[in-house]
Amino acid sequence: MNLHEYQSKALFKNFGLTVPDNQVVTRLDQVDDALKNLGGDRWVIKAQVHAGGRGKAGGVKIVSSDKDARNAVASMLGQRLVTIQTDARGQPIEQVLIEAPCEIERELYLGAVIDRAQQRIVFMASTEGGVEIEKVAAETPEKILKVTINPLTGVQPFQARLLAVGLDLNGDQVKQLGFLLNRLATLFLEKDLSLLEVNPLVITSTGDLLCLDAKINIDDNALYRHKDLQAMRDVTQEDPREVEAGEWDLSYVALEGNIGCMVNGAGLAMATMDLIKLHGGNPANFLDVGGTADKERVAEAFKIILSDENVNAVLVNIFGGIVRCDMIAEGIVGAVAEVGIKVPVVVRLEGNHADEGLAILDKSGLKLTTAKGLDQAAQDVVAAAGVITK
Amino acid sequence: MSILVDKNTRLICQGFTGRQGTFHSQQAIAYGTNMVGGVTPGKGGNSHLDLPVFDTVQQAVNETQANATVIYVPAPFCKDAILEAADAGIKLIVCITEGVPTLDMLQARLVVKENGARLIGPNCPGIITPGQCKIGIMPGEIHQAGKVGVVSRSGTLTYEAVKQTTDIGFGQSTCIGIGGDPIPGMNFIDCLELFEKDDQTEAILMVGEIGGSAEEAAAEFIQSEVSKPVVAYIAGVTAPKGKRMGHAGAIIAGGKGTAAEKFAALEKAGVTTTHSPAEMGSTMKKLVGG
Repeated sequence: MNLHEYQSKALFKNFGLTVPDNQVVTRLDQVDDALKNLGGDRWVIKAQVHAGGRGKAGGVKIVSSDKDARNAVASMLGQRLVTIQTDARGQPIEQVLIEAPCEIERELYLGAVIDRAQQRIVFMASTEGGVEIEKVAAETPEKILKVTINPLTGVQPFQARLLAVGLDLNGDQVKQLGFLLNRLATLFLEKDLSLLEVNPLVITSTGDLLCLDAKINIDDNALYRHKDLQAMRDVTQEDPREVEAGEWDLSYVALEGNIGCMVNGAGLAMATMDLIKLHGGNPANFLDVGGTADKERVAEAFKIILSDENVNAVLVNIFGGIVRCDMIAEGIVGAVAEVGIKVPVVVRLEGNHADEGLAILDKSGLKLTTAKGLDQAAQDVVAAAGVITK
Repeated sequence: MSILVDKNTRLICQGFTGRQGTFHSQQAIAYGTNMVGGVTPGKGGNSHLDLPVFDTVQQAVNETQANATVIYVPAPFCKDAILEAADAGIKLIVCITEGVPTLDMLQARLVVKENGARLIGPNCPGIITPGQCKIGIMPGEIHQAGKVGVVSRSGTLTYEAVKQTTDIGFGQSTCIGIGGDPIPGMNFIDCLELFEKDDQTEAILMVGEIGGSAEEAAAEFIQSEVSKPVVAYIAGVTAPKGKRMGHAGAIIAGGKGTAAEKFAALEKAGVTTTHSPAEMGSTMKKLVGG
């Protein structure tokens, strides 16, 4: 689960870190109060969306009058922001952060993530802060400094010193970085983060370190033990169909193609999409019905797939391990009856009670194509989708 | 021979009397697995599925000489269950449960290693040596004793791979689903190393997925350490890149992790790859013959 910048900064503050004074608005009539509370005569207006690259996309504006502040907020609220990290539709802006400005001497990068290769939390830092950091990492990897956190000891002062030397920090800044690392590592562990990023981490004109931006991603598996974080979820930033699928424990991702897919298991679902592509088709979605699919969930999965207008054929591919294929077949029959499916549906059942499942489908009188084998199923559905398109 | 489990494996189940534990223990026993008991705190002294129930893994080990455990307890309790098994001296721990917090695994994995134990999973189908020992949720009937070692990060896609090696008449020595979590117990290399040393295993089928760099690391290992023929498939060529936040993930991945990168790394290491999940078996047959 992603957090907004303002939520991440609030967490930073709770963990004793310094962030710029700020206030969030959700309506235009809140702007004047926010400006008054913050004081000063210049402000930074920042669209709150779950994506990076906002600056270049017009999601960050510096204003120096009340009127410009109102205009900037008005130009953002209710709009969608498209950045290099979003899809073509962009992310809706429902909240805007108004923040006190600061004088920037240098912009640094600081991030932390779980490195799957080392199976440790790794902190990364670079003198090259900003949105070009990935380019820096690809072209000049030596400019990315890394320290690995030993789970036994946690982050140690020497690791801050290592980074500080690499970042060319002086005297008090070294101490500040030590404190910052310590607090961020504690935050990472206590709140079960999977990603934490401060980009940029700035050195102000007074020589102090300041977290100018904050990105946090939380391990979904650990959300059950963080009630405070659960309350921070913003579903407006998520695809509505993915949210609906999630409520039924279905994992769904919309794609550009026209062949709807319903598969049990994420690996098999990806493999099925790959095979459709190999046979010249285009998958419309990834949908994993999970290991314990029942009639209701199969029906719901069908509804979600068919809510995509581009879908003109559906492939159901179930390899029954725990789940019985005859149960799935009953689910399909029930769903087709309930939803009234008008596009061709190809069904491949394999494994646990597959023959019984196929018999149920054959007897149902529904216009379904049953396929023998994975390859045949993919070919059949690609052919079916092709016929419709013509 | 086979790897890790066989007819002499003495298995207990943690979360034995729960719904999942009960169902899959019944299946395992029906398959012929040598189950010797189970653990459910608070229910020690009872009998379940005609087997003794213990309060602690230590008691179970003392009474039954169990040397393997399978964990079906809910995700919030898995770390505790894994650590308890390791502490009791069990050398093979299989955790089926999905949804275990990553930071729990970060610690649990280290302790397992420190105790000289092996962990398979979490979020995996388990391990099976056909005809001898089934630990996990895979359907037993698609397996057949034979010569292909199967190792996979996926669940149902593993079954697909297994069925294809059964259909071509090769069968499997042992199949391991290592799970798709960011921090798994055993990884590809751990399994490849064992398959390489195993007499029964004549060829290896490796099924990977996008994300992480485990397949790339495996490719390097295969090049220098594995003499047996290896066939690999990677799922996720068409998977969407998806929305993302920030850059840290991309920086740490360092360009690794896509299906294309993984295929390229494996091919460079001399592994025979197939881009069709329907042709894992036929590719294996073409490579090995017979």
